[in-house]
Amino acid sequence: MTTLEIAQRVDAKGLSCPMPIVKTAQAMKALTTGQLLEVLATDPGSVKDFEAWAKSTGNPVVESGAEAGVYRFVLQHK
Amino acid sequence: MTLTLEAPADAPVAAPQAAPTDDGAVQHHDILLIDYSGELEKVWATMLLASTAGAMGVQCKVFVTFWGLLAFVKDSRRITGKNWMQKMMSFMQRPGISHRKLSKMNFMGMGPWMMGQLAKQQKNASPKELLEIAQSMGVEFIPCQMTMDMYGLTRDDLIEGMGEPVGAATVIGLMSEGWSPLFI
Repeated sequence: MTTLEIAQRVDAKGLSCPMPIVKTAQAMKALTTGQLLEVLATDPGSVKDFEAWAKSTGNPVVESGAEAGVYRFVLQHK
Repeated sequence: MTLTLEAPADAPVAAPQAAPTDDGAVQHHDILLIDYSGELEKVWATMLLASTAGAMGVQCKVFVTFWGLLAFVKDSRRITGKNWMQKMMSFMQRPGISHRKLSKMNFMGMGPWMMGQLAKQQKNASPKELLEIAQSMGVEFIPCQMTMDMYGLTRDDLIEGMGEPVGAATVIGLMSEGWSPLFI
């Protein structure tokens, strides 16, 4: 795993739809262009949802993965 | 006799694809939810979609009409209306987002209570929480003037932050401008 400079972290573990997306959108507002946001979630639906969110908002997913049932997404502020 | 069906020459070949804008985001269609039903399950679905639209940066308006408007009366209001029939209506179906009933398996409030408990266990947000999130993310909730008159509701009976009351012409106007409608 590459070491990325994460500006902000969101722990959405245990939360269900649509809260991981909502928390992400709220946290992203506080960031500026180029900054990275790391999100941890356990909702299996979030894998597709984060793709859709990134496509819709234009903030790309720069890294994603899953470990022990926890999904991790690194999103970049556009 | 054989009949051959041919598409007219100017018919579109396929649905137009959403084109990305300059900044990389997909071009959005604005979304218009029509919140017509007052049952817990319908109100919940409406709030879920509205808050998600807000989180996704999609412009979304919710036109709140008929029984749907009951969910937008302040929870603290018990009897609303001006004449006896309006007051009786509010007595029979308690307004407020926290007092919605299920259309099936309500069982004197047992159904909604169990739904609430399950939602808490699963860490699902309640309709009220989702409504507040949607409002904070710029989703506009617009009350129907006609329904307000029918129930005898004033702006003060409704929750804070709602848009100006409008009528069906505004809804049709938005749809004709290309807002994607969804009737719930």
